[in-house]
Amino acid sequence: MREGNWRDLQNGLLQQIDSESAFFSNAKIALDVGDRELGAAQLSKLRDMLLDREIKLFAVLSSSSKTEATASTLGLSTRTSLLKQKESRLSAAILEGEPGLVIRKTIRSGSGVEYDGHVLVHGDLNPGAEISCTGSIFIWGKLRGTVHAGMAGADQSVICALQLDPISLRIANIEYRENKLLKKLRRKPVEISLEKGQFVLDYWDI
Amino acid sequence: MTANIVTITSGKGGVGKTTATANISVALAQLGQKVVCIDSDIGLRNLDVVLGLENRIVYDLVDVIEERCRIRQAMIKDKRFNDLYLIPAAQTRDKNAVSPSDMIAVCDQIVEEFDFILIDSPAGIERGFKNAIAPANQVIVVTNPDVSAVRDADRIIGIIEAEEKGPAKLIINRLNPHLIRRGDMLDADDVLDLLAINLLGIVPEDESVIMSTNNGKPVATEEKSAAGQAFRNIARRLLGDEVPLLDLNLKEGIFHKISKIFNTEGD
Repeated sequence: MREGNWRDLQNGLLQQIDSESAFFSNAKIALDVGDRELGAAQLSKLRDMLLDREIKLFAVLSSSSKTEATASTLGLSTRTSLLKQKESRLSAAILEGEPGLVIRKTIRSGSGVEYDGHVLVHGDLNPGAEISCTGSIFIWGKLRGTVHAGMAGADQSVICALQLDPISLRIANIEYRENKLLKKLRRKPVEISLEKGQFVLDYWDI
Repeated sequence: MTANIVTITSGKGGVGKTTATANISVALAQLGQKVVCIDSDIGLRNLDVVLGLENRIVYDLVDVIEERCRIRQAMIKDKRFNDLYLIPAAQTRDKNAVSPSDMIAVCDQIVEEFDFILIDSPAGIERGFKNAIAPANQVIVVTNPDVSAVRDADRIIGIIEAEEKGPAKLIINRLNPHLIRRGDMLDADDVLDLLAINLLGIVPEDESVIMSTNNGKPVATEEKSAAGQAFRNIARRLLGDEVPLLDLNLKEGIFHKISKIFNTEGD
Protein backbone atom coordinates (compact mmCIF):
# COMPACT_ATOMS: atom_id res chain seq x y z
CA MET A 1 0.00 0.00 0.00
CA ARG A 2 1.16 3.46 -0.83
CA GLU A 3 1.91 6.28 1.54
CA GLY A 4 -0.86 8.50 2.81
CA ASN A 5 -3.71 8.74 5.27
CA TRP A 6 -4.92 5.27 6.37
CA ARG A 7 -8.64 6.24 5.99
CA ASP A 8 -8.04 7.43 2.37
CA LEU A 9 -6.09 4.34 1.54
CA GLN A 10 -8.76 2.11 3.00
CA ASN A 11 -11.50 3.85 1.03
CA GLY A 12 -9.41 3.66 -2.14
CA LEU A 13 -8.95 -0.07 -1.63
CA LEU A 14 -12.65 -0.66 -1.04
CA GLN A 15 -13.59 1.39 -4.10
CA GLN A 16 -11.28 -0.67 -6.26
CA ILE A 17 -12.76 -3.85 -4.85
CA ASP A 18 -16.33 -2.63 -5.43
CA SER A 19 -15.54 -1.77 -9.05
CA GLU A 20 -14.55 -5.36 -9.64
CA SER A 21 -16.86 -7.00 -7.15
CA ALA A 22 -17.40 -10.10 -9.27
CA PHE A 23 -13.69 -10.84 -9.26
CA PHE A 24 -13.28 -10.29 -5.52
CA SER A 25 -16.40 -12.13 -4.45
CA ASN A 26 -15.56 -14.95 -2.01
CA ALA A 27 -11.87 -14.09 -2.26
CA LYS A 28 -9.27 -14.62 0.41
CA ILE A 29 -6.79 -11.80 0.47
CA ALA A 30 -3.48 -11.04 2.10
CA LEU A 31 -2.67 -7.39 2.60
CA ASP A 32 0.83 -5.97 2.54
CA VAL A 33 0.82 -2.72 4.52
CA GLY A 34 4.53 -2.00 4.33
CA ASP A 35 5.98 -0.44 7.46
CA ARG A 36 2.68 1.15 8.52
CA GLU A 37 1.81 0.79 12.16
CA LEU A 38 -1.80 -0.32 12.59
CA GLY A 39 -3.80 -0.83 15.73
CA ALA A 40 -6.39 -3.49 16.46
CA ALA A 41 -9.29 -1.09 15.83
CA GLN A 42 -8.07 -0.18 12.34
CA LEU A 43 -7.34 -3.75 11.28
CA SER A 44 -10.55 -5.20 12.68
CA LYS A 45 -12.62 -2.47 10.99
CA LEU A 46 -11.01 -3.24 7.63
CA ARG A 47 -11.53 -6.95 8.18
CA ASP A 48 -15.23 -6.39 8.92
CA MET A 49 -15.75 -4.08 5.94
CA LEU A 50 -14.13 -6.71 3.70
CA LEU A 51 -16.32 -9.38 5.21
CA ASP A 52 -19.41 -7.31 4.30
CA ARG A 53 -18.24 -7.73 0.69
CA GLU A 54 -17.77 -11.49 1.21
CA ILE A 55 -14.01 -11.16 1.21
CA LYS A 56 -11.93 -12.88 3.84
CA LEU A 57 -8.84 -11.10 5.05
CA PHE A 58 -6.58 -13.98 6.09
CA ALA A 59 -3.19 -12.36 6.39
CA VAL A 60 -1.52 -9.04 7.00
CA LEU A 61 2.07 -8.65 5.93
CA SER A 62 4.09 -5.86 7.41
CA SER A 63 7.63 -5.00 8.26
CA SER A 64 6.32 -3.36 11.40
CA SER A 65 6.50 -5.81 14.27
CA LYS A 66 3.73 -3.90 16.05
CA THR A 67 1.34 -4.40 13.11
CA GLU A 68 2.30 -8.07 12.89
CA ALA A 69 1.62 -8.51 16.58
CA THR A 70 -1.77 -6.82 16.24
CA ALA A 71 -2.65 -9.00 13.26
CA SER A 72 -1.77 -12.20 15.04
CA THR A 73 -3.84 -11.27 18.11
CA LEU A 74 -6.76 -10.85 15.69
CA GLY A 75 -6.12 -14.37 14.44
CA LEU A 76 -4.74 -13.19 11.11
CA SER A 77 -1.70 -14.82 9.61
CA THR A 78 1.51 -12.86 9.36
CA ARG A 79 4.72 -13.24 7.40
CA THR A 80 6.40 -14.94 10.32
CA SER A 81 3.66 -17.51 10.84
CA LEU A 82 3.36 -18.15 7.09
CA LEU A 83 7.06 -18.89 6.92
CA LYS A 84 6.76 -21.19 9.90
CA GLN A 85 4.04 -23.17 8.19
CA LYS A 86 6.01 -23.61 4.99
CA GLU A 87 9.32 -24.43 6.52
CA SER A 88 9.32 -27.59 8.55
CA ARG A 89 12.09 -28.18 11.02
CA LEU A 90 13.68 -30.55 8.53
CA SER A 91 14.29 -27.88 5.95
CA ALA A 92 15.55 -25.61 8.68
CA ALA A 93 18.03 -28.30 9.65
CA ILE A 94 19.08 -29.09 6.10
CA LEU A 95 19.84 -26.39 3.63
CA GLU A 96 20.06 -27.05 -0.06
CA GLY A 97 23.59 -27.54 -1.29
CA GLU A 98 24.96 -28.77 2.01
CA PRO A 99 27.01 -31.97 1.85
CA GLY A 100 25.34 -35.23 2.81
CA LEU A 101 26.42 -38.84 3.06
CA VAL A 102 24.07 -41.69 2.20
CA ILE A 103 24.84 -45.15 3.59
CA ARG A 104 22.79 -47.96 2.11
CA LYS A 105 23.30 -50.72 4.67
CA THR A 106 22.95 -51.55 8.32
CA ILE A 107 25.87 -50.21 10.33
CA ARG A 108 26.97 -52.94 12.71
CA SER A 109 28.84 -52.93 16.00
CA GLY A 110 32.42 -51.72 15.76
CA SER A 111 31.97 -49.61 12.65
CA GLY A 112 30.76 -46.11 12.06
CA VAL A 113 31.35 -42.82 10.31
CA GLU A 114 32.51 -39.34 11.07
CA TYR A 115 31.38 -36.84 8.46
CA ASP A 116 31.42 -33.13 7.79
CA GLY A 117 27.77 -32.67 6.77
CA HIS A 118 24.51 -34.61 7.13
CA VAL A 119 24.25 -38.41 7.28
CA LEU A 120 21.40 -40.56 5.98
CA VAL A 121 21.39 -44.28 6.74
CA HIS A 122 19.17 -46.61 4.79
CA GLY A 123 19.34 -49.44 7.34
CA ASP A 124 19.73 -49.84 11.08
CA LEU A 125 22.36 -48.43 13.38
CA ASN A 126 23.15 -51.31 15.73
CA PRO A 127 24.46 -51.10 19.30
CA GLY A 128 28.19 -50.48 19.23
CA ALA A 129 28.03 -48.57 15.93
CA GLU A 130 28.62 -44.81 15.87
CA ILE A 131 27.79 -41.82 13.70
CA SER A 132 29.25 -38.38 14.36
CA CYS A 133 28.67 -35.51 11.98
CA THR A 134 28.48 -31.74 11.87
CA GLY A 135 24.94 -31.78 10.45
CA SER A 136 21.76 -33.79 11.01
CA ILE A 137 21.34 -37.58 11.18
CA PHE A 138 18.50 -39.51 9.55
CA ILE A 139 18.18 -43.24 10.14
CA TRP A 140 15.70 -44.99 7.87
CA GLY A 141 15.69 -47.91 10.27
CA LYS A 142 16.25 -48.57 13.95
CA LEU A 143 18.61 -46.33 15.85
CA ARG A 144 20.17 -48.47 18.59
CA GLY A 145 23.73 -47.22 18.57
CA THR A 146 25.59 -44.02 19.36
CA VAL A 147 24.85 -40.78 17.51
CA HIS A 148 26.25 -37.27 17.70
CA ALA A 149 24.72 -34.63 15.42
CA GLY A 150 25.83 -31.01 15.11
CA MET A 151 29.36 -31.88 16.22
CA ALA A 152 30.83 -28.41 15.80
CA GLY A 153 28.07 -26.94 17.96
CA ALA A 154 25.35 -26.72 15.28
CA ASP A 155 22.38 -26.88 17.64
CA GLN A 156 19.81 -26.59 14.82
CA SER A 157 20.74 -30.14 13.80
CA VAL A 158 18.14 -32.87 14.22
CA ILE A 159 18.19 -36.63 14.65
CA CYS A 160 15.43 -38.73 13.08
CA ALA A 161 14.84 -42.49 13.14
CA LEU A 162 12.03 -44.93 12.44
CA GLN A 163 12.64 -46.47 15.87
CA LEU A 164 14.70 -45.00 18.63
CA ASP A 165 16.50 -46.87 21.38
CA PRO A 166 19.95 -45.30 21.45
CA ILE A 167 22.91 -46.17 23.64
CA SER A 168 23.94 -42.54 23.53
CA LEU A 169 22.56 -39.51 21.70
CA ARG A 170 24.00 -36.01 21.44
CA ILE A 171 23.12 -32.86 19.54
CA ALA A 172 25.75 -30.12 19.54
CA ASN A 173 27.36 -30.63 22.95
CA ILE A 174 24.29 -31.71 24.86
CA GLU A 175 23.90 -35.30 25.92
CA TYR A 176 20.42 -36.75 25.82
CA ARG A 177 19.07 -38.34 29.00
CA GLU A 178 16.24 -40.73 28.45
CA ASN A 179 12.86 -39.50 29.56
CA LYS A 180 9.34 -40.84 29.58
CA LEU A 181 8.49 -39.17 26.29
CA LEU A 182 11.03 -41.29 24.46
CA LYS A 183 9.61 -44.43 26.00
CA LYS A 184 6.21 -43.49 24.64
CA LEU A 185 7.65 -42.96 21.19
CA ARG A 186 10.00 -45.94 21.31
CA ARG A 187 8.38 -47.94 18.53
CA LYS A 188 7.43 -44.94 16.44
CA PRO A 189 9.30 -42.65 14.03
CA VAL A 190 10.88 -39.90 16.11
CA GLU A 191 12.50 -36.58 15.40
CA ILE A 192 14.70 -35.05 18.09
CA SER A 193 15.83 -31.46 18.06
CA LEU A 194 17.14 -28.87 20.46
CA GLU A 195 15.15 -25.86 21.51
CA LYS A 196 16.91 -23.45 23.84
CA GLY A 197 19.23 -26.20 25.04
CA GLN A 198 16.35 -28.60 25.77
CA PHE A 199 15.60 -31.73 23.81
CA VAL A 200 12.28 -31.79 21.98
CA LEU A 201 10.88 -35.10 20.82
CA ASP A 202 8.33 -35.21 18.08
CA TYR A 203 6.60 -37.85 16.05
CA TRP A 204 8.65 -37.94 12.82
CA ASP A 205 5.99 -36.95 10.32
CA ILE A 206 7.31 -38.66 7.21
CA MET B 1 33.74 -82.53 -6.65
CA THR B 2 34.61 -79.23 -5.03
CA ALA B 3 34.18 -78.98 -1.31
CA ASN B 4 31.97 -76.41 0.32
CA ILE B 5 34.37 -74.64 2.70
CA VAL B 6 32.41 -73.51 5.75
CA THR B 7 33.94 -71.51 8.59
CA ILE B 8 32.23 -71.48 11.96
CA THR B 9 32.93 -68.39 14.02
CA SER B 10 31.36 -66.17 16.69
CA GLY B 11 33.48 -63.28 17.93
CA LYS B 12 32.78 -64.09 21.56
CA GLY B 13 34.33 -67.18 23.12
CA GLY B 14 32.41 -69.98 24.76
CA VAL B 15 29.22 -69.76 22.70
CA GLY B 16 29.69 -73.21 21.17
CA LYS B 17 31.74 -72.88 17.97
CA THR B 18 33.67 -76.08 18.57
CA THR B 19 30.58 -78.00 19.66
CA ALA B 20 28.78 -76.79 16.54
CA THR B 21 31.70 -77.69 14.26
CA ALA B 22 32.01 -81.18 15.73
CA ASN B 23 28.29 -81.88 15.59
CA ILE B 24 27.67 -80.51 12.13
CA SER B 25 30.68 -82.47 10.85
CA VAL B 26 29.37 -85.66 12.41
CA ALA B 27 25.82 -85.03 11.18
CA LEU B 28 27.08 -84.42 7.63
CA ALA B 29 29.18 -87.60 7.78
CA GLN B 30 26.09 -89.52 8.96
CA LEU B 31 24.31 -88.21 5.87
CA GLY B 32 27.01 -89.79 3.71
CA GLN B 33 29.05 -86.65 3.06
CA LYS B 34 32.83 -86.69 2.85
CA VAL B 35 33.92 -84.25 5.54
CA VAL B 36 37.17 -82.77 6.83
CA CYS B 37 37.14 -80.51 9.84
CA ILE B 38 40.06 -78.24 10.61
CA ASP B 39 40.77 -76.79 14.04
CA SER B 40 42.28 -73.37 13.37
CA ASP B 41 42.45 -72.39 17.04
CA ILE B 42 46.23 -72.70 17.20
CA GLY B 43 47.43 -72.88 20.80
CA LEU B 44 43.98 -73.61 22.27
CA ARG B 45 42.90 -76.71 20.43
CA ASN B 46 39.63 -78.35 21.44
CA LEU B 47 38.01 -79.92 18.45
CA ASP B 48 40.04 -83.12 18.86
CA VAL B 49 38.72 -83.49 22.42
CA VAL B 50 35.10 -82.92 21.49
CA LEU B 51 35.41 -85.47 18.69
CA GLY B 52 37.21 -87.92 21.00
CA LEU B 53 40.30 -88.07 18.75
CA GLU B 54 42.79 -86.44 21.09
CA ASN B 55 44.96 -89.50 21.68
CA ARG B 56 45.44 -90.15 17.98
CA ILE B 57 47.20 -86.90 17.06
CA VAL B 58 50.62 -87.31 15.46
CA TYR B 59 50.89 -84.35 13.11
CA ASP B 60 48.92 -81.09 13.17
CA LEU B 61 47.97 -78.12 10.98
CA VAL B 62 51.24 -76.26 11.56
CA ASP B 63 53.21 -79.39 10.62
CA VAL B 64 51.35 -79.41 7.31
CA ILE B 65 51.99 -75.72 6.70
CA GLU B 66 55.66 -75.97 7.60
CA GLU B 67 55.93 -79.10 5.45
CA ARG B 68 57.00 -81.52 8.13
CA CYS B 69 54.36 -83.92 6.85
CA ARG B 70 51.97 -84.49 3.98
CA ILE B 71 48.42 -83.34 4.56
CA ARG B 72 47.11 -86.91 4.53
CA GLN B 73 49.38 -87.77 7.45
CA ALA B 74 47.80 -85.01 9.56
CA MET B 75 44.25 -86.08 8.77
CA ILE B 76 42.90 -88.25 11.58
CA LYS B 77 40.11 -90.54 10.43
CA ASP B 78 37.15 -90.84 12.77
CA LYS B 79 36.53 -94.58 12.69
CA ARG B 80 32.86 -94.24 13.67
CA PHE B 81 32.05 -92.81 10.25
CA ASN B 82 32.98 -93.56 6.67
CA ASP B 83 34.40 -90.23 5.69
CA LEU B 84 35.09 -87.88 8.57
CA TYR B 85 38.59 -86.53 9.15
CA LEU B 86 40.11 -84.03 11.55
CA ILE B 87 43.15 -81.83 11.01
CA PRO B 88 44.02 -80.79 14.57
CA ALA B 89 45.53 -77.47 15.63
CA ALA B 90 49.03 -77.24 17.06
CA GLN B 91 48.93 -76.80 20.79
CA THR B 92 52.44 -75.50 21.37
CA ARG B 93 52.39 -72.67 18.84
CA ASP B 94 50.34 -69.48 18.43
CA LYS B 95 48.16 -67.85 15.77
CA ASN B 96 51.13 -66.24 14.04
CA ALA B 97 52.38 -69.67 12.94
CA VAL B 98 49.62 -69.59 10.30
CA SER B 99 48.71 -66.98 7.68
CA PRO B 100 45.50 -66.56 5.68
CA SER B 101 47.29 -67.74 2.52
CA ASP B 102 48.53 -70.86 4.38
CA MET B 103 44.93 -71.72 5.16
CA ILE B 104 43.91 -71.27 1.55
CA ALA B 105 46.82 -73.46 0.43
CA VAL B 106 45.88 -76.23 2.90
CA CYS B 107 42.27 -76.24 1.74
CA ASP B 108 43.34 -76.21 -1.91
CA GLN B 109 45.13 -79.52 -1.39
CA ILE B 110 41.95 -81.36 -0.38
CA VAL B 111 39.14 -79.29 -1.87
CA GLU B 112 38.68 -81.68 -4.81
CA GLU B 113 38.32 -84.79 -2.67
CA PHE B 114 35.65 -83.82 -0.17
CA ASP B 115 32.11 -82.50 0.05
CA PHE B 116 32.68 -80.29 3.06
CA ILE B 117 35.62 -78.66 4.78
CA LEU B 118 34.52 -77.22 8.12
CA ILE B 119 36.86 -74.77 9.83
CA ASP B 120 36.53 -74.13 13.55
CA SER B 121 37.55 -70.51 14.14
CA PRO B 122 39.13 -69.15 17.31
CA ALA B 123 37.27 -66.45 19.25
CA GLY B 124 38.16 -62.85 18.57
CA ILE B 125 38.53 -60.72 15.48
CA GLU B 126 42.29 -60.84 15.04
CA ARG B 127 44.76 -63.00 13.16
CA GLY B 128 43.24 -66.36 14.07
CA PHE B 129 39.80 -65.29 12.88
CA LYS B 130 41.25 -63.84 9.65
CA ASN B 131 43.04 -67.15 9.04
CA ALA B 132 39.85 -69.10 9.58
CA ILE B 133 37.67 -67.15 7.15
CA ALA B 134 40.30 -66.74 4.40
CA PRO B 135 39.48 -69.96 2.52
CA ALA B 136 35.74 -69.96 3.33
CA ASN B 137 33.02 -69.72 0.76
CA GLN B 138 30.39 -69.77 3.48
CA VAL B 139 30.49 -68.48 7.05
CA ILE B 140 28.32 -69.57 9.96
CA VAL B 141 28.10 -67.31 12.99
CA VAL B 142 27.22 -68.98 16.28
CA THR B 143 25.71 -66.90 19.03
CA ASN B 144 23.88 -67.35 22.31
CA PRO B 145 20.66 -65.54 23.14
CA ASP B 146 22.35 -63.02 25.40
CA VAL B 147 23.18 -59.38 24.83
CA SER B 148 26.96 -59.62 24.85
CA ALA B 149 27.17 -62.63 22.53
CA VAL B 150 24.76 -60.96 20.11
CA ARG B 151 26.78 -57.74 20.21
CA ASP B 152 29.94 -59.65 19.28
CA ALA B 153 28.08 -61.59 16.60
CA ASP B 154 26.96 -58.27 15.10
CA ARG B 155 30.56 -57.08 15.03
CA ILE B 156 31.80 -60.24 13.36
CA ILE B 157 28.97 -60.21 10.79
CA GLY B 158 30.06 -56.68 9.86
CA ILE B 159 33.65 -57.84 9.33
CA ILE B 160 32.49 -60.84 7.29
CA GLU B 161 30.51 -58.47 5.06
CA ALA B 162 33.49 -56.15 4.73
CA GLU B 163 35.72 -59.10 3.75
CA GLU B 164 33.10 -60.06 1.14
CA LYS B 165 32.53 -63.46 2.72
CA GLY B 166 28.91 -62.71 3.48
CA PRO B 167 26.09 -63.01 3.93
CA ALA B 168 26.81 -65.12 6.98
CA LYS B 169 24.25 -67.55 8.37
CA LEU B 170 23.27 -67.73 12.00
CA ILE B 171 23.04 -70.48 14.58
CA ILE B 172 21.47 -69.52 17.90
CA ASN B 173 22.93 -71.95 20.41
CA ARG B 174 21.89 -72.82 23.96
CA LEU B 175 18.42 -71.36 23.75
CA ASN B 176 16.47 -72.08 26.90
CA PRO B 177 12.68 -72.00 26.31
CA HIS B 178 12.03 -72.00 30.04
CA LEU B 179 14.07 -68.80 30.58
CA ILE B 180 12.42 -67.15 27.57
CA ARG B 181 8.99 -67.93 28.93
CA ARG B 182 10.01 -66.24 32.16
CA GLY B 183 11.23 -63.26 30.14
CA ASP B 184 14.82 -63.77 31.32
CA MET B 185 16.38 -64.55 27.96
CA LEU B 186 16.30 -62.94 24.55
CA ASP B 187 14.16 -64.98 22.22
CA ALA B 188 15.17 -65.92 18.69
CA ASP B 189 13.12 -63.08 17.22
CA ASP B 190 14.97 -60.48 19.30
CA VAL B 191 18.28 -61.86 18.09
CA LEU B 192 17.21 -62.00 14.45
CA ASP B 193 15.69 -58.53 14.63
CA LEU B 194 19.09 -57.10 15.51
CA LEU B 195 21.39 -59.26 13.39
CA ALA B 196 19.12 -59.45 10.34
CA ILE B 197 20.78 -62.44 8.67
CA ASN B 198 19.43 -65.83 7.64
CA LEU B 199 18.84 -68.33 10.40
CA LEU B 200 20.44 -71.74 9.88
CA GLY B 201 19.17 -73.24 13.11
CA ILE B 202 18.31 -72.92 16.77
CA VAL B 203 19.95 -75.34 19.20
CA PRO B 204 18.24 -75.73 22.55
CA GLU B 205 20.18 -75.81 25.79
CA ASP B 206 20.70 -79.49 26.52
CA GLU B 207 22.63 -81.14 29.37
CA SER B 208 23.57 -84.01 27.11
CA VAL B 209 25.89 -81.63 25.21
CA ILE B 210 28.12 -81.24 28.26
CA MET B 211 28.29 -84.95 28.91
CA SER B 212 28.92 -85.84 25.31
CA THR B 213 31.65 -83.20 25.03
CA ASN B 214 33.43 -84.72 27.99
CA ASN B 215 33.05 -88.20 26.51
CA GLY B 216 34.22 -87.19 23.06
CA LYS B 217 30.95 -88.39 21.58
CA PRO B 218 29.07 -85.57 19.80
CA VAL B 219 25.33 -85.30 20.55
CA ALA B 220 24.50 -85.45 16.86
CA THR B 221 24.97 -89.23 17.22
CA GLU B 222 22.36 -89.40 19.96
CA GLU B 223 18.95 -90.10 18.56
CA LYS B 224 17.04 -88.73 21.56
CA SER B 225 18.98 -85.54 22.23
CA ALA B 226 17.12 -82.34 21.27
CA ALA B 227 20.41 -80.55 20.60
CA GLY B 228 21.54 -83.52 18.50
CA GLN B 229 18.36 -83.28 16.44
CA ALA B 230 18.91 -79.54 15.97
CA PHE B 231 22.46 -80.16 14.66
CA ARG B 232 21.24 -82.92 12.33
CA ASN B 233 18.66 -80.48 10.96
CA ILE B 234 21.34 -77.84 10.45
CA ALA B 235 23.42 -80.36 8.47
CA ARG B 236 20.43 -81.10 6.24
CA ARG B 237 19.83 -77.39 5.69
CA LEU B 238 23.47 -77.04 4.62
CA LEU B 239 22.73 -79.67 2.00
CA GLY B 240 19.84 -77.57 0.76
CA ASP B 241 16.95 -79.45 2.39
CA GLU B 242 14.05 -77.46 3.72
CA VAL B 243 13.71 -78.55 7.33
CA PRO B 244 11.29 -76.76 9.64
CA LEU B 245 12.65 -75.38 12.91
CA LEU B 246 12.33 -77.64 15.95
CA ASP B 247 9.28 -77.11 18.07
CA LEU B 248 10.98 -75.99 21.26
CA ASN B 249 7.70 -75.87 23.10
CA LEU B 250 7.77 -72.11 22.69
CA LYS B 251 4.03 -71.86 22.37
CA GLU B 252 3.27 -68.92 24.56
CA GLY B 253 0.89 -69.28 27.47
CA ILE B 254 -1.95 -66.82 27.78
CA PHE B 255 -0.29 -65.06 30.72
CA HIS B 256 2.91 -64.56 28.80
CA LYS B 257 1.00 -63.15 25.86
CA ILE B 258 -0.86 -60.71 28.07
CA SER B 259 2.28 -59.61 29.85
CA LYS B 260 4.03 -59.19 26.50
CA ILE B 261 1.26 -56.95 25.21
CA PHE B 262 1.33 -55.07 28.46
CA ASN B 263 5.09 -54.60 28.27
CA THR B 264 5.02 -53.39 24.69
CA GLU B 265 2.36 -50.85 25.36
CA GLY B 266 3.54 -49.84 28.76
CA ASP B 267 7.27 -49.34 28.28
